[in-house]
Amino acid sequence: MGNRTYRQSRYDEPLVFELGKEGRRGASLPRFDWESFELPEKIVRRTLDLPSLSEVEVVRHFTRLSQMNWGVDLGPYPLGSCTMKYNPRLNEEIAAEDSVQMIHPRQREEELQGALEVMHKLERMLVALTGMDRFTLQPAAGAHGELTGCLIIRKCMKERGEDKNEIIIPDSAHGTNPASAAMAGFTVIEVTTGSDGCLDLESLKGAISRRTAGLMMTNPNTLGIFEKDVIEISRIVHEAGGLMYYDGANLQGILGRARPGDMGFDIVHLNLHKTFSTPHGGGGPGAGPVGVKGDLEEYLPVPLVVEEGGSYRFEWERPRSIGMVRGGYGTFPALVKAYAYLLSTGSKGARMVSGIATLNTNYFLKRVLEIRGFTLPFQGRTRKHEVVLSAKVLKEDTGVTAMDVSKALLDWGLHPPTVYFPQIVEEALMFEFTETETKENIDRYIEALEEISKTAYTKPEIIKRSPNNTSVKRLDEVWANHPRTMSLSRRMRLMKGDQGAG
Amino acid sequence: MLQITGISSIEELFSDLPASAIGVELNDEPLDEAAVKSRVVGELSKNRVYGRKCFIGGGPWFHIVPSVVKHLISRGEFLTSYTPYQPEISQGMLQTLFEYQSLVCELYGMDVANSSLYDLPTAIGEAILLSCRVTRRKKALVPASLPRERISVISNYLEPHGIDLVKVSYDGSGKLERSDLFGKIDETAASVYVENPSFFGTIDKDIEEVTEAAHRKGCLAIVGADPISLGMIKPPGEYGADIAVGEGQPLGSAPGFGGNSLGIMACRLESSLIRQMPGRIVGMTRAFEGGERGFVLALSTREQHIRREKATSNICTNEGLLAAAAAIYLSLLGKQGLRELARGIFARTDYALHALKKAGFAPRFSGIHFRDFAIATEDPRKINSRLAGSGLSGGRDLRQDFGLSALLFAVTEVHTKEDIDGLARAMGEGANGK
Repeated sequence: MGNRTYRQSRYDEPLVFELGKEGRRGASLPRFDWESFELPEKIVRRTLDLPSLSEVEVVRHFTRLSQMNWGVDLGPYPLGSCTMKYNPRLNEEIAAEDSVQMIHPRQREEELQGALEVMHKLERMLVALTGMDRFTLQPAAGAHGELTGCLIIRKCMKERGEDKNEIIIPDSAHGTNPASAAMAGFTVIEVTTGSDGCLDLESLKGAISRRTAGLMMTNPNTLGIFEKDVIEISRIVHEAGGLMYYDGANLQGILGRARPGDMGFDIVHLNLHKTFSTPHGGGGPGAGPVGVKGDLEEYLPVPLVVEEGGSYRFEWERPRSIGMVRGGYGTFPALVKAYAYLLSTGSKGARMVSGIATLNTNYFLKRVLEIRGFTLPFQGRTRKHEVVLSAKVLKEDTGVTAMDVSKALLDWGLHPPTVYFPQIVEEALMFEFTETETKENIDRYIEALEEISKTAYTKPEIIKRSPNNTSVKRLDEVWANHPRTMSLSRRMRLMKGDQGAG
Repeated sequence: MLQITGISSIEELFSDLPASAIGVELNDEPLDEAAVKSRVVGELSKNRVYGRKCFIGGGPWFHIVPSVVKHLISRGEFLTSYTPYQPEISQGMLQTLFEYQSLVCELYGMDVANSSLYDLPTAIGEAILLSCRVTRRKKALVPASLPRERISVISNYLEPHGIDLVKVSYDGSGKLERSDLFGKIDETAASVYVENPSFFGTIDKDIEEVTEAAHRKGCLAIVGADPISLGMIKPPGEYGADIAVGEGQPLGSAPGFGGNSLGIMACRLESSLIRQMPGRIVGMTRAFEGGERGFVLALSTREQHIRREKATSNICTNEGLLAAAAAIYLSLLGKQGLRELARGIFARTDYALHALKKAGFAPRFSGIHFRDFAIATEDPRKINSRLAGSGLSGGRDLRQDFGLSALLFAVTEVHTKEDIDGLARAMGEGANGK
C-alpha cells in the first residue's frame, strides 16, 4: 500500500513558554550609554512573562514545528479555489533584496523610482491580463480587495444619487463575497445555481431590481465551470444600473484566454498569492489588487502611481477617491514576486498556465469518476482549473464522509482538497491541480482514492480512524470550541485552570 | 494525458469560452531566470536604501531583524503552506500561531488574541466595529492625533455602517485633552480609542483616566500600543483596555516599503468580545484517541466561510507568516531582551531630543517619548532638504495631516550616538549661522 511510505515528523514539542531557563536570551542588541533619563514609576511595567530561550533553542523549536507542517514544497496541495502552485525561489530571492525590504514609504519619490517603476509595470501587466483600465495595488488580500471594490460601488452609487443598497451573489460564491458586501453596508441577495452548474438566469431576473447596486461573481465559478451566460448576466445587471464585480480567486482557470473586462465586468480583484505564485505563508500575507474600468478609476484608493516621461510619482490629489484601505501602498514584497513571476511566464505563457492547470484537473476528473462512491454533480459542462466531486454516494453506502476521505488522504502524504465547499454540493471535495503539479502526483491521488474507496466499502472503520501517519491523530474540534474547555492562549488556559489538554 | 482525458488538444477544454471574452493578443515572451533577476534587481536599484541614515517617524520602522527570524520563516514548510484547514498535517503552523497569540496576550496584558489582521489601521477599524456590535451603539471616539492613513482606513470601515467618528483633540503633551474627551464621551458612544505611545511618540502617564472615563459611560476602551514599548511600559491590560491593537511590523519584519504590516488584536476574557472577534483564532485541543495535545482553528462559526454575510468580518487571508516572525522574534528576545530593547529606545529618544535641543530645535510635544518624536520647525521642507544634502532621510512632515509645523522622526536600536549626533548636526547646519 502506497500510504505506508509517508510518515510526518512528530515531536512532543512543548509550548515555547515551557522551554528555556530564566536568564537566557537568543538575541544580542547594540549598547547605548545614556542613563540620564528616567521613566515615572507609575508607567513602568512590573512583570513581563515572556519565555527565556537561547538562540539555538529557538531555532530548534521552530524548525521542529516547521517539520510538523505541510507545504507546497513537500508535495501536492490541491485545495480548490486556493491555487496552491509552486512559489519560485527566484522571486523570494529578489523580494529579499534591500531595495525591497529596506525602503521606507515616506522617502522622497525620487529615491523610490525603482519601487514605483515596478508597481507601474505590474499594474500595466494586470491591465493587459484582465482588460481593466487602472489598478490599485493597495489591498492586503482577496477579501480586502472585495471590500475595496464594494466601497467603490457604494461611493459610485451615492455620487450618482442612486438609492441602491443590494448586491446579488450566487449561492456558489466564496464566503468572502457576501461578507465583504455586508462590510460595505450592502444587503446581500442570493441567487441560485441551475442544474448545469451555471448561475440561473431566472433566479437572477427575480433578484434584480432598482435597488441592485451590483453583482459579484467568480468565473469560472467555484464548481470550476465557466459561466456560460456571463455576457447576458452583465447586460442584465448593467441595464438595472448595477456594476459587475469579478472575484479573481479563480482567474487561474481562464488566464490568458478570457478577460473579465471583455466579459462585461467593471471591477475585479486578483489574488497575487493564488494566480501569480506568491506564497501563502500559512495564511498570509496576500495581495489583492483591484482593477476598474472607465470612470470608476476616479474612486480607486489613493495614491495611484503615474508615469510622466520616464519618471514616476504618487498621485494623491484624487478628490473622488474612496481614500485608503490600509496603511501602506500594498504588500510590496508580494508585488515584486508577482511581477517577477509574470516576467518569467510572459503574457504569452499565461495561456499555458490555465491550459496545463485545466488539463491536470480534467485528467484527474476523468480518472476519479471511475472510482466507486465519487460522483460529479452538475454534469454537462467542461470543468476548468478546479472540480467539485461529491462523496454523497460513498457516505450513503459506507458511512465514510468527505471529511473521512480527506483524513485518509493525509496518511498517503497527499494534502486533501477543500472539503464541504461550495455548500451547494453535499459531501463536497473540491480539487484544484495547478500547472506546477506532475502527472505522477495526480496518479497517486487516483491510486489513493481507489484504495480509500475499497477500504470504505470493506472496512470503513479503518478510514474513520485515519489519519495515523500525521503528527497528531484526529483532533477534537468540539473540545476546542466548548466554553468550558476552550483554550485560545496560554494565559486563558492558566486563568481557567488546566483542563487537561496536553 | 490528452488521450485519457478524451481530448485531442488543450484548446478543446476552452471551447465554451465566448469568442468575445478576450480582446487582445498577449505576446510578451517569457524570460529566463537570470534575465528576470537582472531586470527586476536592476529596476529596483533605482531605490535609495538609507539604512541607519533613515530617521523617518510614524512607521514603518527600522528595527534590527535577527537573522534567525528570516531563516526560520523562509523554511518552505511555513512559507508554502496554506491556512491550516487540515489540522493534523498543519500542527507546526497552528502551534506557532497559538504561541504568537499567547505571546501577544502576555505583552499586551490581554487574554485572547487573534492570529492577525492586515495592519494597525484596519485593526482599529475592526476593533471599533467590534465595539459597536457588542454595545449596539454607533459612535466612536478617536484621537485627533491619528495620521491620514489611519483616519482614512477607519472611515472606510465605519462609514457604511453609519457609525459616527468623533475626534478628540490632543494637548501640548500629545495626550487626549481631558476636557474635550469628557465633553464628547456619553452613553451613545460604543468605544474610545486611544494610543499609548501616541502617533507622536508621547506617553500618557495618566492613561487610566481615559479608560475609566470610557467605562463610566458604558463604552469599551480600545488601546493601540507599540509592541516594543511594552517591554518597559505598563500594558493596556493593566489600565483597563477591553480591546488592544498594535502594529506588529517592528516584531521581526523590515519596513518593506510599508508592505510588511501585521495587525495585532487582543481582548479581555469575556465571551461577548471573544465571540465577536474578527479573524482566525487558534485554539488548543486534544486528540480523540489518546488525548494528546493539538491545535485547531477555533470559533470558525464567526467567520465568512461559514457565516457568510453574518460573519464578524470578511477577513480570510491574513498576515500569518509575519505573525510567525513576531512569535520567533519575541522568543529570541525574551523577557530580558525586550526590556533592554525598549529601554535602549527610550534612551536613544531622550538622547536625540537632547542633541536636537542643543542644536537649537525644540520638541513639539512635552514629556517622555518612545522612538517617535516631533520637532517644531518653521519650515519643515527647508529642514528636510538640508538633511537630504547631508545624505539623511528627513522626517515626516506633519503639516498636511495635522497642520503642525513640525517633522516627525524616529530613532531605534539601529542608531548609534554618532548617527543621532549626525542628525542633530545636519539639522543645525546653516541655521542661526551654525
